[in-house]
Amino acid sequence: MKAHYGYKDGAGDFFIIIDTDNCIDCAEHPCVPACPESVLEIIEDDYEDIVASVARDQRKKVKYSCAPCKPDINRPPLPCQTACPFDAIEHSW
Amino acid sequence: MAEYWRWKEYNWHDENKDWRSGQLITAGVDVGSVSSQAVVMVDGELYSFSNMRTGSSSPESANAAMSWALENTGMTLDNIGFVIGTGYGRVNVPFSHKAITEIACHARGANFMYGPTVRTVLDMGGQDCKVIRCDDRGKVTAFAMNDKCAAGTGRGMEVFADLLAVPIEDVGALSLDVEVEPPPVSSTCVVFAKSEATGLLREGWPKSKVLAAYCSAMAHRIVTLLVQVGIEKDFAITGGIAKNIGVVKRLCNEIGIESLKTDYDTQIAGALGAALFGQNLLKKKLTQAEV
Amino acid sequence: MITAGIDMGSKTVKVVILKDDKIIGKAITLAGFEAREAVETAFAAALKDAGISKDDIKTIVATGAGKKNSPYADREITEVGAGSKGATHLYPGARTVIDVGAEEGRAIRCGEGGKVIDFALNEKCAAGAGAFTESMSRALEVPIQDLGELSLRSTQAIPMNAQCAVFAESEVVTLVHLKTPKEDIARAVHDAIASRIVSLARKVGFEPEVVLIGGVAYNVGFVDSLQRALETKVIIPENPEFIGAFGAALAAMED
Repeated sequence: MKAHYGYKDGAGDFFIIIDTDNCIDCAEHPCVPACPESVLEIIEDDYEDIVASVARDQRKKVKYSCAPCKPDINRPPLPCQTACPFDAIEHSW
Repeated sequence: MAEYWRWKEYNWHDENKDWRSGQLITAGVDVGSVSSQAVVMVDGELYSFSNMRTGSSSPESANAAMSWALENTGMTLDNIGFVIGTGYGRVNVPFSHKAITEIACHARGANFMYGPTVRTVLDMGGQDCKVIRCDDRGKVTAFAMNDKCAAGTGRGMEVFADLLAVPIEDVGALSLDVEVEPPPVSSTCVVFAKSEATGLLREGWPKSKVLAAYCSAMAHRIVTLLVQVGIEKDFAITGGIAKNIGVVKRLCNEIGIESLKTDYDTQIAGALGAALFGQNLLKKKLTQAEV
Repeated sequence: MITAGIDMGSKTVKVVILKDDKIIGKAITLAGFEAREAVETAFAAALKDAGISKDDIKTIVATGAGKKNSPYADREITEVGAGSKGATHLYPGARTVIDVGAEEGRAIRCGEGGKVIDFALNEKCAAGAGAFTESMSRALEVPIQDLGELSLRSTQAIPMNAQCAVFAESEVVTLVHLKTPKEDIARAVHDAIASRIVSLARKVGFEPEVVLIGGVAYNVGFVDSLQRALETKVIIPENPEFIGAFGAALAAMED
């Protein structure tokens, strides 16, 4: 499943996309501690898979929570994506 | 001030069916932020439902919707084998056995309502907008939900209905009453779009033209959400805004795909899906009990 | 040399007239629905304030959301350029300029001499700008100019869940019905917008000194929330809403 967490508002599209078909193979979930803003958490989804998701209280503000990791100039690789061994995390912006 | 966004509440049950002969009786309760629905299914068929405005508390709204769905049926909660809660208030349905997200329930409900060929479901709710892609069994393969921003939701439309003093049910038809389609309002944000519309009214635009400009902006915005997740045929639209012909027509024009038709009430998709999930779980429970 | 700067904001139009680098005239007027007329009105008022005629002005530079439609302007500069120029001229040690107007919020990181190093914007969404506090003041039935003082009397921080001005209005109405003190709601409103502005500042990597400009700087409640969230004091110039127009007039000096 491609789970798009986030939103679209007047300013643009702000989605963190988790490919749960890839994420499901991961036991350690290093993405969760890698995020300095605690955006990610592990859940059991509706099909009883244990996968990463964007925490409920973060879903309406990812543009702001992710901002420190995303300077416009010299943007380094994102810690969540770097930590993920299964290439399961994508950002739309 | 008149509340132009109020819509009618209703309930229904199948008078030709005797639920007492049913084996599997399940219910789904969808407590949304604006409306709540309860659906009762008997042996894989829709038996009754209700659709009403969500009150100030989720548990009370769930109780109210459930009792209204059971009104004049002779059925009580005790006759129902499994209840699933879904929607925004899903964890606050006092009599439910399990909570499942509205994403999964919508996909499942749409699969039932429109048949197994449906691959993309657009649910336009009162305070959110969801795009769900699913397989032939109604299992979700991709989704996006936008409940952060009022634009592209029923709420944005309510703000416009209120601004123009047009009953919400009439917005869609009125917006089509234009000879030439005006350009869409340029602001996505409802607050900014409202000031833009105020300016257009001052310029002498009739209400129908202002609504046309807003409906097409809203349609376009929803299309971009569809594109984000990907559109695959067959395509179905559920939720309250599915009744707004002004948005639906413009949206389908823009993507060049017609939406599937159904005889079911599109607002009950989530609750219906929940009742279907309940059916599987009830079967499982009964099988385990036999063993 | 006499120059002028016009800041065509989405809500108000500001005009500043400079002689060398001293302000000799200024005026502000509501943009309304006829922005050109608003500029003409503001410009005439600024000329009167300065006691000069338009012919005395060598160069006129426009900035602001509506800058492309500005009458009189010889050229335009960006709001980021105007804001950093104006703020760093007054405070040469400024390294971060935060500009919060009616419909936009900005954070600008500046180097020596006001050079723009990086900037981030909140635009096209009312939640990130002054429009948010205006919507909330309506929902609270408190005049916007009183909202700041009100929130300073708050005794507890409460969260606001809605991130959209339209949804936040309903949340505020619900909080009022629940008899939540209006002081605390006002603070929650300012905390919410301040946290969005601070994320912009963090995006550009803010350093002191921080200068706050734009009309929302008059809101003491917002300033309080902003300083708490930034964990540093901010400098607010006199007439913060005129700094963009001032920066544009300074740019005109360079021609």
